[in-house]
Amino acid sequence: MKKLGIVVTLIVLTGAVWGLLRIQSNETKIEKLVLTGSSTIAPLAAEIGKRFESFHSNVRVDVQTGGSSRGISDARAGLANIGMASRGLKEDEKDLLNFTIALDGVSIILNKSNPVNALDKQQIIDIYTGKIANWKEVGGNDAAITVVSKAEGRSTLELFLHYFSLKNTDIKPQVIIGDNQQGIKTVAGNPDAIGYVSVGAAEYEAGQGAVIKLLPLAGIAASVENVRNRSFPLSRPLNLVTRGEPGGVARQFIDFASSPQVNDLIEAQFFVPVAH
Amino acid sequence: MFLLRTDRQLAFLLGSCALLSAAIVLLILLFLVKESWPVLQHVALMRFVTDASWHPVQGLYKLTPMLSATLYSTLGAILLATPLGIASALFSRYYAPPFLAGCYRRLVELLAGVPSVVYGFWGLTTLVPLIGRLHPPGVSLLTGILVLTLMILPTVALTVDAALAAVPVAYVRSAAALGLSRWSLISGVALPAARSGITAGILLAAGRAIGETMAVLMVAGNVVEQPHSIFDSVRTLTANIALEVAYATGDHRAALFVSGIALMTLVLVLVGIAECFPRKRYYD
Amino acid sequence: MIKNALASALIWLIAMLITGVFAWLLADIIIHGLPHLSWSFLVEAPGNAGRSGGIGPVIISTGLILLVAVITAVPFGLATAVLLSEFTQRNSRLGRLVRGSLDVLSGVPSIVFGLFGNAFFCIYLGLGFSILSGGLTLACMILPILIRTAEEGLQATPNDYRLASAALGMSRSATLVHLLLPAATPALIAGLMLGLGRAVAETAALIFTSGYVDRMPDSLFDSGRALSVHIYDLSMNVAGGDANAYSSALVLILLLLFINSIALSLANHWLHRSVVTV
Repeated sequence: MKKLGIVVTLIVLTGAVWGLLRIQSNETKIEKLVLTGSSTIAPLAAEIGKRFESFHSNVRVDVQTGGSSRGISDARAGLANIGMASRGLKEDEKDLLNFTIALDGVSIILNKSNPVNALDKQQIIDIYTGKIANWKEVGGNDAAITVVSKAEGRSTLELFLHYFSLKNTDIKPQVIIGDNQQGIKTVAGNPDAIGYVSVGAAEYEAGQGAVIKLLPLAGIAASVENVRNRSFPLSRPLNLVTRGEPGGVARQFIDFASSPQVNDLIEAQFFVPVAH
Repeated sequence: MFLLRTDRQLAFLLGSCALLSAAIVLLILLFLVKESWPVLQHVALMRFVTDASWHPVQGLYKLTPMLSATLYSTLGAILLATPLGIASALFSRYYAPPFLAGCYRRLVELLAGVPSVVYGFWGLTTLVPLIGRLHPPGVSLLTGILVLTLMILPTVALTVDAALAAVPVAYVRSAAALGLSRWSLISGVALPAARSGITAGILLAAGRAIGETMAVLMVAGNVVEQPHSIFDSVRTLTANIALEVAYATGDHRAALFVSGIALMTLVLVLVGIAECFPRKRYYD
Repeated sequence: MIKNALASALIWLIAMLITGVFAWLLADIIIHGLPHLSWSFLVEAPGNAGRSGGIGPVIISTGLILLVAVITAVPFGLATAVLLSEFTQRNSRLGRLVRGSLDVLSGVPSIVFGLFGNAFFCIYLGLGFSILSGGLTLACMILPILIRTAEEGLQATPNDYRLASAALGMSRSATLVHLLLPAATPALIAGLMLGLGRAVAETAALIFTSGYVDRMPDSLFDSGRALSVHIYDLSMNVAGGDANAYSSALVLILLLLFINSIALSLANHWLHRSVVTV
């Protein structure tokens, strides 16, 4: 018994010493770049950050996830060097500068077993406001519609509301989700659900065999291709946001993130690089 | 109490540490109030009850549907987990042969250790589609209750097991000597003798159920509406915080700290109830 | 008699039901998680937002967070337990106050710890999203568990020890250091393991304190992603992250199993021993 106690103490001590040594070695001048904001951009920014670090060994890029509004308010307050926003800047946010690094679209998704293959703008509005509650009213099965919407503060929700000229108080959802994957899993698990998620994520999951399908919007198929050629109506820029003209490492990072050197990373996250 | 000088110094040191540990609760409350102050200043407390809905971005702050969702899901989980947990403890204590009882107890202990994300993950991919076939949308108060039940069942089972183990052997032996059947022995002697331990276990489990976040967030649907049936989708207070706090700024963020205060109030009430029962201490 | 038989049948049925559900859950995770599990998965860094690569830095971050939590919580927990069990009467005002507030603390939902940790450690104390903030938040969370088990361990040491050493004129401090603490050590370690078990499974409190960065941490002031946060992000935010989410979940369960079995064997040993000596 005593032996075990000693072993545990030893493990704890070596860990502590290791931690302290790490702090010591940290004193060699390392610059930290903090990015906060949109959870849509966060995985991409983290990947870009890793590649950036490999070129600049004295820089550490820290990416924290949150929402676009959070990224904007952090950038404004100086809590983050760079904010991430998966939407354009609003009127009262024009004091900040934005740099678009990629494009993404938002697509309506249904379960694959649903016979409905297209919905017009008014039908989608009626479904989301609860005026149409059964699929047979739009030519589908006789089944109640499960409306999936996003939680307050998500820029996907803002974009969706803006495109359909709705207020969040108008929406009568049956399920509220947080992030894209939760939406895809919910629709895949429910044959009568309708939701809206990032085009890239949905296209990838559909390709991997998830039982979902992407609905065309205003007659244009929801695909990464149509986001790329800018014909898909419900698309959004993925922006990096700074307060004032960025300098030093922040400038270098933004230049790097907007350069073709990261196009493969952007495509790996199913977004569309801004054409160069 | 007579103390030497070194002892007095030690007692002082220990006392400071203890007060510091005790002060953490106050610190938590203080910070919850401090962070929610901006919204409490210009929004009357009653509006958290009387507003039309929860749309904090548009200045609507109704919390009551989430409060009832928390209460319903906790209550439902307790109602299901209590009989199951007691039965499970009885099984390992009185019914199973010793080897099987040992294995079974290990299993329940393992179940107690499975992290809530894993329960949520499993619930979302397995349980939700199953319930959805029964009654769409699948994510609902019922799924929330079922996942919560699974999560708190081990807590109930283990505390009841410990309480049964503490029943004096003499009671059980004399009951057996009187020729009572196994069930009469259990219902007439063992369970009444272990009553206070069982209550403690249930209250402990209720605390866990109120506080559970990620699993409920993943399976309960998160719509802020007063539920009318167990198939309606609900959002608990904890899920509300986890879902929105990373995305919230200004008044919205402050309103989420008000949800935190509401949760703390619930916990205080629960601890208050627990104080009313005669207590014995068991391992958590 | 019929009642007796009925009760037996019902209890066996329920036990089998619980075993069945558990087997279902575990089988699901093992079937999906085991194929990706390998040594390289444990040591490599995550690539492509976690879809490929391993969880090496995530494991290290988790370990460091737990380390910070333990190093902070143990001295405070031990001191408080010693005070409660050795230096106060059962019903003294100080004892009641401390016990009452610890009871509340043990009931605080983890998400509230997350809110508090974010507001206090990250913003008010300026530690930012860091391993330190996460560890300190968890320290607050496991403190009540530590104190309760340590107190019980101390109370279970035979009173003869105290009387004999008082008769020999030893100071209370000396009695504590030389007799009581060594006798209570297994209980303390068991409590520590219980606390660790709760801490390692924590998501809600860590997502807002230790953050999201999955790089190998350079110091305690770096942000580091915990294992449970990694699972949550992979299953909720990353398209195609499910496979690695299952494998990470399996690693987390194995880790917990390991911690729990140590706690259990220590607790059993200690119980056994206290029965023998008393």
